[in-house]
Order: sequence, then structure tokens, then C-alpha cells
Amino acid sequence: MNLDIDIQIQHDDFNLRFKGCLTNGITGLFGPSGVGKTTLLHCIAGLVRPNQGRIVLDENVLYDSLSHRHLPPRKRQVGLVFQDHLLFPHMTVEKNLAYGQKGSRRKRKQKLCEVAELLEIISLLKRNVSTLSGGEKQRVALGRAILARPDLLLLDEPFTGLDRRLKQQLIPYLKRLYEKTHIPMILVSHDPETMMDLVEEMIFLENGKLFAQGALNRSKQSKLLGFFCGSEKAHNFQKMRNHLIKNHSLQFPVEEKAKAI
Amino acid sequence: MAYLCGSEAGQLFSDAGFTTLSHTDSIFSADKNNHSSSFLSPTFDVDEWKAFLISVKVAAACVLVVATPGILLGYLLATRSFPGRSLVNACVHLPLVIPPVVTGYLALSIFGKNTPIGSFLEKTFGISFAFNCVGAILVAAIMGFPLLVRSVKTAVEMVDRRYRFAANILGAGPVRTFFTITLPLAGPGILAGLVLAFARSLGEFGATAVFVGNIPGETQTLSLAIYNFMQIPGAESSAMRLVVISTVISLAAMLASELLLQRMTKFSRVRA
Repeated sequence: MNLDIDIQIQHDDFNLRFKGCLTNGITGLFGPSGVGKTTLLHCIAGLVRPNQGRIVLDENVLYDSLSHRHLPPRKRQVGLVFQDHLLFPHMTVEKNLAYGQKGSRRKRKQKLCEVAELLEIISLLKRNVSTLSGGEKQRVALGRAILARPDLLLLDEPFTGLDRRLKQQLIPYLKRLYEKTHIPMILVSHDPETMMDLVEEMIFLENGKLFAQGALNRSKQSKLLGFFCGSEKAHNFQKMRNHLIKNHSLQFPVEEKAKAI
Repeated sequence: MAYLCGSEAGQLFSDAGFTTLSHTDSIFSADKNNHSSSFLSPTFDVDEWKAFLISVKVAAACVLVVATPGILLGYLLATRSFPGRSLVNACVHLPLVIPPVVTGYLALSIFGKNTPIGSFLEKTFGISFAFNCVGAILVAAIMGFPLLVRSVKTAVEMVDRRYRFAANILGAGPVRTFFTITLPLAGPGILAGLVLAFARSLGEFGATAVFVGNIPGETQTLSLAIYNFMQIPGAESSAMRLVVISTVISLAAMLASELLLQRMTKFSRVRA
């Protein structure tokens, strides 16, 4: 997978300018609240139309302001797991899972069973979604998105509202899903611990633009976690920035690099 | 309605191209039949039954006529923004605020026999609205349409639009999304709108009287029959029986609508 993004979104006092390239694996999108992480995901999924720019997934131009091309979400082959799941409340778990499936009836049934087994939701198939717990809902939402066979899966804060134990339970499912399907994922989370467990590459957004991008040095991650979870906490962005520059294989856009050093 | 009796009403209908009936002195002429049965009497006379059946027929046909356009327009007003949306919204809701007699008069001016639309419909499709049940259905549809559109619009707006986004992302087009997501989730609200349109048709009086008259067995609905019986000395018991029937039907419709809306509210609160 190769996702090229060069977009600008501006409305009222919100401004996001993102230029970057994402490849295979699980990519984490991180940044302070309101920086535009969810908006960026929605642009990729086609729910939000940028003011200008271009988004290309492999050979497929999803959005191009110059040629006025804006592919509708249903034609993008991009999956999105919403923060609050958005399972269809009038359908059973099975119907939710099957909603985006394509192909023959036999194949669909077989795939559905495979994914349901992988996510350990096979016993929930006949249940109404309103009776599920938070963790079960999240697994069903994941399964539903995967069964639509997207070329790219976007996860918008999938651990929000779950306690630490449930988060720890969900991470292996997500890993297993990736290992089995190899569908590239972009994950937005405010939880650095789970981010460190899952992601191979991170993108940092700050002040409405890409601040840094690259693989994390796992041996130095405990220090990085300190900025988020410890006494220093994330509001000290300058310290975290310096730490990232010194200890991790991150790349910075030229002007940001100059500013940071 | 007394001012529409006799020659004035005849003049109004003639102007709009309708032929005034020769067998009636006036479209509001009182029935000369004997209506002396007691209010407590469970038996209905022929005119009462006819009025009841015509009302139910007109209201049911009205629901069938308005259902598809009402649901589609309500959906469009709730989900799309297009030039002139506010004007369309205002025009649709106009029959709710202007006097029914005015609506009837406007319908007469638009669909009358000698008007361009009326003559076109009669020549091309053989549809005539003059003093018949079809005219009563048309006017009931005009009066019930805004209630349905309003209910559908509110019901669709209550459904979290992100469910539609989720369906789109899973590959569903607008038609599939409408039938599999919006319609089932907004269903109770839409049903409530249909019930309200039905109830409004049953209660319709002014516009029907102006547009198709008050002809027993043809256009005389419950409301018109009640009015008629009230003009006849000794027919109060007939009027009272129809009043009770109207009240019971209207109350049942309102209860059904309320229950459906409650279900809708409960449904929209369930965030899966």
C-alpha cells in the first residue's frame, strides 16, 4: 500500500495542512486534541472534502482538487471504525458483520465465520447489538470493517471508553487481525501505551500540520511514554519533540526540523 | 359555511369550471330524510354509514397517494441542501397555516375543469375532480401532505447521520442506505406521519366543502355529514353518533402516532 496525501482543509478557525506518505503496516496518528486527526481520517475515507490537494491510494486517485475528483466513500475501498462503533441498532451482530460483504453467499458465510472466530464473537452472532458490552461492540465494529475487504483500514480512537483491562484484551485481536489479513491500518489514539504496543510507525501532528513521521525506537519508548503518562505529561510538547529528535528514527519536514533543533 | 350556500357557491363553482348539480338546490342543502333515531340507538342509517365509509376510503386513499412523495420529500429536506430548499419547505407547510377554505379555493383555481391543469388532466388521463371522491382524495392529500413531510423530516433528522456514513463506507449506495438504514431507523416516525395524515383526512372539512361540495354518498365525509345533520331538525342523534365515531378514530390515531413516536425516540437513544 502506498498512500500519498497532500491536502489543505480550512474552515472558520480550523486549519490543517498535511503532506505525507504512508506505507504498509500499522501507522499511529498522534497529536493534541483538535489538531485534526479525525478530520484527516474522514478526508481519507471521503466523508470530508478538503479545500484543496490530492489523496492517492496506490494507483487510485481518491481526491484531486485540480481535476475536481472526489470519489464517494463507497467506491474508495477504505474502511473506517468509528470512535463510538456505530453498529446498526436495528440489526443483529451477524447482519452488521455481513453488511459490507461482497461475493458469493457461500464465500461470504465462510469469511464471516473466519473473522467471527478470530475476534471470538461467534457466540454473539444472533444477539442484538444494543445488548453488547463496549469491548464486544468494538470487536464487532472491527469485524464489520474487515469483512468489507478494504485496501486500508482507519481506526478512530478504537479504545475510547474502554478500561485498561479491556484495552489490553483488544490489542491482541487487532494484532491478530493484521497478521491474518495484512490490511494496512491507520490508528488514532490518545492512549500512548496502546499506541506503542501496536504501531510500527508514527505520525505526529501539531499546529495543524505534520510535525514528525517515522518508526519508533522501541528501546527508548519508556522515556517517550513518560511524556504522556508520567509526571511530565504531554502538555510539555517541546520536551517530547526534543526527545523524539534525539532518540527515534523520525523524519521532519525541513522547516519543522530547523525549528525543533 | 353558510355564506357559500345557494347562488354564491354555484357562482364560485361555475367560475372554476365545475357544473353545479341540478338535483341539489345548494351544495350544503340539508338532507330531507328522517333522522329521528336516538343517539343511544346502536343502528346507523344509510347516510351515516355512507359518510363513514367515504371518510375511511378518502383517508386511506390519501395515505396511499401521499406516502411515496411525502417520504421522499421529507427525506430530501432532512438530508440534502439545495437551492430553494427553504421555499420548498415553506410551500409544503402552507396548507397547515392558511385557512382550509382558502386551500379549497386555490385547489379549485388550479384543478377546476376550465383551468389549464384541470382540462389537461381530464383530456389526457380522463381524471376529473368535479364533485367526486377523487377530488375529495386530492384535497385530503393536499391537507395531509405537510403533516407527513414534517414527521418524516423530523424522524430522519433524529437518525444519527453517521449511520448513513458508516453504510456508505461499507459500500452501500444512496438507495441501499435509504432502504436498509434510514427507513428502518426512521420507520416509527414515518408511520406516525402516515397516521397523522390519515387522521387529518378524516377531519377535513373546509377545503373539501369548497372543492367538491357536500354530496351525500359521493363526497360527504364524516365532518360534512355532521355539519349537515346539525342543520336538520331532529337529526342531532345522527350528528352525535358521527361525532363519537370521529372522536374515537381521531383519538386512536393520535395514540398510535404518540406510541410510534415514543418508540422512535427510544430507538434513537440506543447508540450501538
